[in-house]
Amino acid sequence: MTSPLEQKKIKVTGPVVVTANRVGDGAVIYRLTEGWTTELGGAVIAIDGASAQRLMAGAVADDLGAVGAYVAPVKLLPGGHVRPGNLRELIRLGGPTIELPTAAAKVLEKNPA
Amino acid sequence: MYVYDAFDRTLVTERVAEFRDQVARRLSGELTEEEFKPLRLMNGVYLQLHAYMLRTAIPYGTLSSEQMRMLAHVARKYDRGYGHFTTRQNIQYHWIKLAELPDAMADLASVGMHGMQTSGNCVRNITTDQWAGVAPDEIEDPRLWAELIRQHVTLHPEFSFMPRKFKIAVGTSAHDRAALRIHDLALQMHRNEAGETGFEVMAGGGLGRTPFLAQTIKPFLGKRDVLSYVEAVLRTYNQFGRRDNIYKARVKILVHDLGPEAFAKEVDAEWQNIKEGSLALDDAIVGEISSRFSYPRYETLTDNSREFVAARKVDRRFDTWIGNSVANHKTPGYAIVTLSLKPEGGTPGDATAEQMDAIADLADRYSFGEIRVGHEQNLVLPHVAQRDLQAVWRALDGIGVAVPNVNLVSDIISCPGLDYCSLANARSIPIAQEITRRFHNLDLQRDLGRLHINISGCINACGHHHVGHIGILGVEKNGEEFYQITLGGKADENAQLGSLIGPAVPYGQVADVVEDIAAAYLELRQRPDELFIDTVKRTGVEPFRERVYAAR
Repeated sequence: MTSPLEQKKIKVTGPVVVTANRVGDGAVIYRLTEGWTTELGGAVIAIDGASAQRLMAGAVADDLGAVGAYVAPVKLLPGGHVRPGNLRELIRLGGPTIELPTAAAKVLEKNPA
Repeated sequence: MYVYDAFDRTLVTERVAEFRDQVARRLSGELTEEEFKPLRLMNGVYLQLHAYMLRTAIPYGTLSSEQMRMLAHVARKYDRGYGHFTTRQNIQYHWIKLAELPDAMADLASVGMHGMQTSGNCVRNITTDQWAGVAPDEIEDPRLWAELIRQHVTLHPEFSFMPRKFKIAVGTSAHDRAALRIHDLALQMHRNEAGETGFEVMAGGGLGRTPFLAQTIKPFLGKRDVLSYVEAVLRTYNQFGRRDNIYKARVKILVHDLGPEAFAKEVDAEWQNIKEGSLALDDAIVGEISSRFSYPRYETLTDNSREFVAARKVDRRFDTWIGNSVANHKTPGYAIVTLSLKPEGGTPGDATAEQMDAIADLADRYSFGEIRVGHEQNLVLPHVAQRDLQAVWRALDGIGVAVPNVNLVSDIISCPGLDYCSLANARSIPIAQEITRRFHNLDLQRDLGRLHINISGCINACGHHHVGHIGILGVEKNGEEFYQITLGGKADENAQLGSLIGPAVPYGQVADVVEDIAAAYLELRQRPDELFIDTVKRTGVEPFRERVYAAR
């Protein structure tokens, strides 16, 4: 079945990437022309609706490799650096903004109270 | 607790084999995601922001120490060394790989655990009071009834494709510790004038986008009729629940739209057809399930032995913990111990694999091998002899689960929020963490008294913010995190939805707002022992609103 996203026209208001989760382990991935990368810096960036649509079509067709593909905003910084365009994408890329319990537990192990 | 028989074990083992095959076919491309998604959801496998999430069922919040050790093992082997206990008495793992899920599930199945029906449009984990079976004020153990219903609705073909999820809670104490009235269906046990025990049936509760409290549809249902009546409710929902609009698909919308009387009539019409059929519970069936529940062989002890009283006098920290975290037990000489999973600066409800292992060991030594999970995201050792309390306390203190903050302001209920959850609009955990830091002073916490804060990172309300004394709901405004604050919610037998106190406040101010609310309470209360929630009831939210928004 074709995804509804393929049929709807995608509007972009700034640079975007297509992102999804890897099927095998759920890791966050970003669309290349062919295939995926876990590095945001290597992702293909679309700057208009048509190119975003093409990226999405390729992403959605890769049902074996990726699940839940969607268009996500990015920020382009001087020097060619790409950063996530909102807090959700920041968290997807960088992980939870909190210390995981095991990290705290390890610190306690090293420095018992 | 309930001991699996051969049938139960086979069911869980076969389920793992079935899922293993489904995963293999997904990974080979034989199954598309669209085909696979409903299958994985029915096993509690979600896709979240960073990874898959596995929600493992802990039926009515009861765990054996063996099961707790397996939860620790899964956390260590397949996840990042910790798990999260949820507001529905389940556990979640946030870093699971799909390819490894069948092995994780096989490990869980070896101790009778699974994720069946922890997601999907089916009947979810049936919850109850974490003090079930040991609370002095209960009529009888609610878990028998929860187990009866659980067996009936598991893999029930008629109720595997309902309009939406369906959550059931059972309670047998006058004091509702299981938040019955925010459930789709709740059974509250009563004793009638003739001395018979039966259930008040309430339907149509639920939070989220359109919160409602459950309403009574049958004041007194005989025990014999529990299964047939629940079946009739589910059939009525299946028949009339909306499938055209996901936001109007829960039974609470149906009960609200029809009105409880009309809904009750529909249920009754169906029930009359089936109540004398095979679902009528005779003593043999109830006895069969009941016989699989094992109970501790308590010693004959007395309350408040001289040694215990003396120990409390000598050790102030121990005494404080007793006063906060230990509750009376129905059996003399025993106690109910709450383990706080709300350390300062921690994530509410999280426990490391090391903590889980240690708790399992303590359960074996001091609690007849049994542990409970509460919807408040704390754990319980339900069968501790008073004479062992000091040893237990020292051990719990050593693993960081003896902070005497149970029911106090830092005992926060919080969903995982945007740090983990793909549904979230805003973060919840850092908000909780900052609040606990502001209220670091336990003397202040004790002065404030019972004060329930509930935090949800989105309108789905998994943190139950609507029924918090202070409710905090994260929203997104122009790319920034903002939080709506409500006051006056209650989750118990006098359940009530909270009232919004004003415009949403930004992320950086939420902890300040909570401090302002606490300060306002200290000024407004008539006596030191007037509870926060009672002060709010008496004064209304206006004085709090003024205080919070005066400088904002």
